[in-house]
Amino acid sequence: MTELPDPALAHLRRVLSAPEVPGDRYQPAELLGEGGMGLIYRAEDRVLGRAVALKVLRPELADAPLADRLAREARILAALEHPGIVPVHDAGTLADGRVYYVMKLVRGERLDAFAASRPLSAVLRVFLQVCETVGFAHAQGIIHRDLKPSNIMVGSFGEVLVLDWGIARVLGQVDAAGGTEPPAPGALAPEQTAAGTVLGTPGFMAPEQAQGAVGQVDARSDVWALGAILRGLAGAAAPRPLASVCRRATAPAPADRYASAAELAADVARYLDGAPVLAHRASLAERLGRWYLKYQTPIILVLSYLAMRLLFLLWRGR
Amino acid sequence: MMARAAHGPDDGPRGFPATRYSVVAALADADPEVRRVAFDALVSAYWRAVYLHLRWRWHQLPQDAEDLTQEFFARALERDFLQGYDASQARFRTFLRLCLDRFAGRMHRDARRLKRGGGREPLALDFAGAEERFAAAGQVSEAAAEELFHREWVRALFGAAVDALAGDCLGTAREVRFRLFEQCDLGAVDGGARPTYRELARTFDLPETQVTNHLAWARREFRRHVLERLRALCGSDDEFRAEARALLGVDPG
Repeated sequence: MTELPDPALAHLRRVLSAPEVPGDRYQPAELLGEGGMGLIYRAEDRVLGRAVALKVLRPELADAPLADRLAREARILAALEHPGIVPVHDAGTLADGRVYYVMKLVRGERLDAFAASRPLSAVLRVFLQVCETVGFAHAQGIIHRDLKPSNIMVGSFGEVLVLDWGIARVLGQVDAAGGTEPPAPGALAPEQTAAGTVLGTPGFMAPEQAQGAVGQVDARSDVWALGAILRGLAGAAAPRPLASVCRRATAPAPADRYASAAELAADVARYLDGAPVLAHRASLAERLGRWYLKYQTPIILVLSYLAMRLLFLLWRGR
Repeated sequence: MMARAAHGPDDGPRGFPATRYSVVAALADADPEVRRVAFDALVSAYWRAVYLHLRWRWHQLPQDAEDLTQEFFARALERDFLQGYDASQARFRTFLRLCLDRFAGRMHRDARRLKRGGGREPLALDFAGAEERFAAAGQVSEAAAEELFHREWVRALFGAAVDALAGDCLGTAREVRFRLFEQCDLGAVDGGARPTYRELARTFDLPETQVTNHLAWARREFRRHVLERLRALCGSDDEFRAEARALLGVDPG
């Protein structure tokens, strides 16, 4: 009998676990990463001659109620056409019945890795793009629910992509009278997560999400996660106004947070511009300092003039 | 090194004659010939894991481990104790390892010297090859011995599937597919030093797309052979699905 050496054994296990995609178009290669729900492979698109990413449900979840989530994620991504959201090219069912979808292969680095080697101002500008993408999704009635640095990729050309929409919540459409309309045929159905179900990542889950209060999860829950991300990016020695922005974004009560990702982004942009942020009540010294920095040149000119004038008067009075 | 050695049960009739065939079920068959074929398949899949387990876990000397391996399988055949397997209680390979541990423990306690041969025809097994594996593994803890038992079982399973694929291809128009698979997937190369598709295309004088197509076919067939053998070595469909997921990360459907 053929006796396989250990490296060949390990290689064959990897080869065998690669998904078997019907047809000849997609040829899966190596495993790029794995999450709680899915496995992501690099694959070759033989028709268009390009590398793509192929996401497949984890085999052990094939029978679970989570099985529909991957198909749902593909539909969500397809519905969200935005430069900050990875485009879906195709979707289908593997030979073993598992759902898969094909998306653009994202090359770049995770937000936390990006932040480790960049100045804070550059990192904050990336953060603003994340907020813009999340705000766009909110405008479409979609809450991400799993925002964290590992789900944000910064490409080599500065593009910023928000990934992993597997546990996103689709809010019901609200009609003019305030009632909830059923979704149009073919539209994304509102989320069916049962009350008490906790989905997300500890440390990046708003309190209402961590408690499984599904009905209370809304855009402000994502704002909380964005605040947690911002706190990590700013570090322990964050300037006080920025620390205040983080505190407000991660306030325990949703009503005390920024109402939207756009509001949060606006405050971060104010900080970047050196303007007062809404989340921070500045002390007199801070206000004077900021005022001085803003009008530094005229202040120096006026003070120089006054000093010269004083010297002149003193000289005349001798 | 990848090695091919012919020995004992592998030389006889194929141990996995049909897709839905179950070695575990066939061990209890009324027909002695069916039982014998199933037993050969069982020995083929497990003898090396059994021998090395006796060396690692029970610290037996090579000659004693050889005798105990022969005795274990002989008693399994004569006393039918593997027929006591209950698929609802444990995986078959767990059950087999527990039987082996009980057997080895009894032998150890009784400190009974085995009568070599005992009048039976010994199984032709490549113990020297297994000894090389033992030497290569070095010192092994009790916990690691369990993991290594599993790995040797996987090695036997994959080895049998490679042989089956070779049997399908060699000497036919599909030979190039197996040769590509052999070069790309069976080599003992560590890290990223496996040949690229482009290199394989040059070596075999084929377009690159043909190389990937052939490899995709060979891997699909290899997977089929592995799953076929895995199914035969499991006591139930549930066990088969669980093993396939644990081993290959795939749902066999």
